[in-house]
Amino acid sequence: MSRTRNRHKRLDGFQRLLLLLIICLITLLCTILWTIPGNTPGLADAVARLQELSGVESPVTAVLLNFRGYDTMLEVMVLLLAVIGAWSLTRAPFSEQMKNTSPVLMGVVRLLAPLMCLVASYLVWQGSHLAGGAFQGGAIFGAAGVLMLVAELPWLRVTPARLLRIGLVLGPLLFVGVALFCLFLTGDLMGYPEGAASWLILIIEAACAISIGLTLASLFAGGRPAGEAREKYNPASQTCDEEGRP
Amino acid sequence: MITTLLYSLTGLILFGMGIFTLIIHSHPLRKILAVNVMSTGVFLILIATAYTPLGQGNIDPVPHAMVLTGIVVSVSVTALALILACRVQETSNLNLLGRKKQGKVPEESSK
Repeated sequence: MSRTRNRHKRLDGFQRLLLLLIICLITLLCTILWTIPGNTPGLADAVARLQELSGVESPVTAVLLNFRGYDTMLEVMVLLLAVIGAWSLTRAPFSEQMKNTSPVLMGVVRLLAPLMCLVASYLVWQGSHLAGGAFQGGAIFGAAGVLMLVAELPWLRVTPARLLRIGLVLGPLLFVGVALFCLFLTGDLMGYPEGAASWLILIIEAACAISIGLTLASLFAGGRPAGEAREKYNPASQTCDEEGRP
Repeated sequence: MITTLLYSLTGLILFGMGIFTLIIHSHPLRKILAVNVMSTGVFLILIATAYTPLGQGNIDPVPHAMVLTGIVVSVSVTALALILACRVQETSNLNLLGRKKQGKVPEESSK
């Protein structure tokens, strides 16, 4: 035990060498940053020129959901993949019966959760003309879900499994659907038809915000919700979650 | 210019701290946290280089969109990595530092 404590205190030769190498790397990167010319044009003017065509007034939203729409589509897929991975690995360590939560905590949750949903919806809506959008709104949705999970409200466990899954895939599915719809209509994968871009973007953002919020809350829960129909037939899959997490 | 440089330097230092911790520590939780610190540093550098003072032309929204994308991906990757680390610890009879577990082995406690 004392040996490990010493090891944490003093760096050995390899670690010193590594530290030196990393300091060299940082110095090198620092000089590169220093020599970057100040006013590189970037893509700011190109985006500003095409802003009117994009259907939204916020440049970041225009890049995310119009000019580079397929990036965002794949990103939503990554989130979905993370949930699939998490669900296939473990079950969420929910306690079976509801514990006695303090009335203060319940009061806070009762007050904050609807307010957070309201703020999230507002952020999604204002993403078309100011900073905001699906990810910011979805993050706040997710935070509301996490708040309820921390307060030990079993909302994720009592939600019907099918409804939860529909909510999780709603955003990616609608995104792909709109992309294919645009492909048939205009010949480009994310080429929105003229005039329809702004409400198509709003629909995608709203669906994605719900999916992202549910995704983040499910990831926080740390596994698939217990009590799903499929698991009744497969008792071997119930592994060591009964003892709870350390 | 000086603001950009300050933020970029902070990002670089965060990146260096992250990569050092990532290499020298064997604990998975520390490694996951180190990768997070590294990615935070990279986001900071990206955002800082995209900085435009108010009233001096349009902002460049592409780095902002990239960082927004990167944050969401890093959150999901972190969650998946944490769940994997927990799973590894549950199913192996070594704990995360490579020592034998003191308590019962999980295979015995499961039905």
